[in-house]
Amino acid sequence: MTNQIPLVDYLVLGDEPHLVAHECTACGARFFDRRNACASCFATEFRDVPIGTHGEVRSFTIVTLAAPGVPVPFVAAVVDCDGTSVRANLINVEPDPEHVALGMKVRLATYSLGTDDDGVEAIGYGFEPQ
Amino acid sequence: MASDDIWILGIKMTKFGKHPDKDTVDLAAEAAMAALADGGVTMRDIGVLAAGCLMEANSGMGQRLQKQIGQTGIPVYNVANACATGATALRTAIMAVKAGECDMGLAVGVEKLAGAGLLGGGGTPKTDGKTWTPKGRFGAVAPTDGRVGTDAMPGTFAQVGMEYGHKYGGATFELFARISEKNHSHSTLNPLAAYSKRFTLDEIMNDMMIAYPNTRPMCSANCDGAAAAVVVSDAKLKTLSGEQQRRAIKVSASVLTSDPWQEACQVLPDVNTLTRIAATQAYEKAGIGPEDLDLVELHDCFATAELVHYDNLQLCPEGGAVDFFESGAPWRDGTTPVNVSGGLQSKGHPIAATGIANIWEVCHHLRGEAGDRQIEGAKVGLAHVIGLGSACGVHILERAAA
Repeated sequence: MTNQIPLVDYLVLGDEPHLVAHECTACGARFFDRRNACASCFATEFRDVPIGTHGEVRSFTIVTLAAPGVPVPFVAAVVDCDGTSVRANLINVEPDPEHVALGMKVRLATYSLGTDDDGVEAIGYGFEPQ
Repeated sequence: MASDDIWILGIKMTKFGKHPDKDTVDLAAEAAMAALADGGVTMRDIGVLAAGCLMEANSGMGQRLQKQIGQTGIPVYNVANACATGATALRTAIMAVKAGECDMGLAVGVEKLAGAGLLGGGGTPKTDGKTWTPKGRFGAVAPTDGRVGTDAMPGTFAQVGMEYGHKYGGATFELFARISEKNHSHSTLNPLAAYSKRFTLDEIMNDMMIAYPNTRPMCSANCDGAAAAVVVSDAKLKTLSGEQQRRAIKVSASVLTSDPWQEACQVLPDVNTLTRIAATQAYEKAGIGPEDLDLVELHDCFATAELVHYDNLQLCPEGGAVDFFESGAPWRDGTTPVNVSGGLQSKGHPIAATGIANIWEVCHHLRGEAGDRQIEGAKVGLAHVIGLGSACGVHILERAAA
């Protein structure tokens, strides 16, 4: 259980997995990647803030043709988590337009990507229907 | 006294499609020499060359072209700006002329993409396969394409259209397919289009799904092609022949923008804000409103993208893109014909050529030379491109008053 690593560094594992964003202390803009400065106001100080684990699907697509090595089909989406937009796959849902809808309520979920030679398990995230 | 207006003196695009017997320099040379001939000038008259070829962005396309069509020692700017590369090349030439560095410039865009398949996406696969190692700005231990959304273009632009539907409603799979039906129908009149086949709505909706709601015919067609334009200052144009002056097309606005920061723009590319800003700036510069446009060539890289740009280019009231399409306005016999060339979905999208080819299309109509697909009496047109990342080019063009 302790021997896990998140797929991306803004995914916090543990009892209550959640995402964290780097929030600009000056203007409140939120980012998920390593920052040099704020793209909105150019300030350079950030604090980490937890992102709500429940949200609403603001946009999605069902990808049926992807680059080699990317398993299809999958649902790519933008999830609005209390005003912070998050990029994610929708998981634990049939990847077809009958089961996925704009405005659908979803919650964060995690899954295993497998274990490496050192016995470390990588954990990914997605959003599943509430 | 001459104004600081810039004019398009000569412009041409090659046939878009498959050119297995030609390399990128061949295609660029064909377009460039044809544009020079169209303008009645030679490389000797040209004071600046701007060239783009996105897939060969570090190859010195401008100088490679010069070595085939004329080395005169002029400055060359090799530009790359995603799908706005052609518009960026044109704008670079325009800026040089406008700045007074020279009185005539040549812009060229070329690409060989036939059979290129899916663009964007993939990422670097895990090479050692032994230990999860965080890499890059997200500290990712594995490629994120397909695990954290999609990096590929069809799904990215699908989400752009779906987001519009979420905001305003009415954006169904069938509506997007009907936009594609329009463009494929328009393409049947364009002999330079890569594909000029009419599709029924059923055929479009039942074709191979790429990224819902975009099926294959709703995606831009990868193909080979080139386009080139000669731009000239107002003062220089006045010294040229009556015929050259009569066929010259005024560049009433030339605008390039990048995307200003918006809340979600680093999550899903925001292709809306920078297009809206570019259009607003262009209308202001040209002293022209969207209602004055006789035709529009906009960046329909996917059917889902065309819908949002009706709104971004302000061809309709905000939130009114679905109604705008339903009214029949963007069909070639409608009030604001959009993509009468067939658009990127059928004319094709050789990336760096696109931003000049769509200006050629508009000029072709403004000159009254568009043959079977001529929009009668066209006086004003707008050409728009967007490259993800993002860069947006908007040009407003007007027929010479004479």
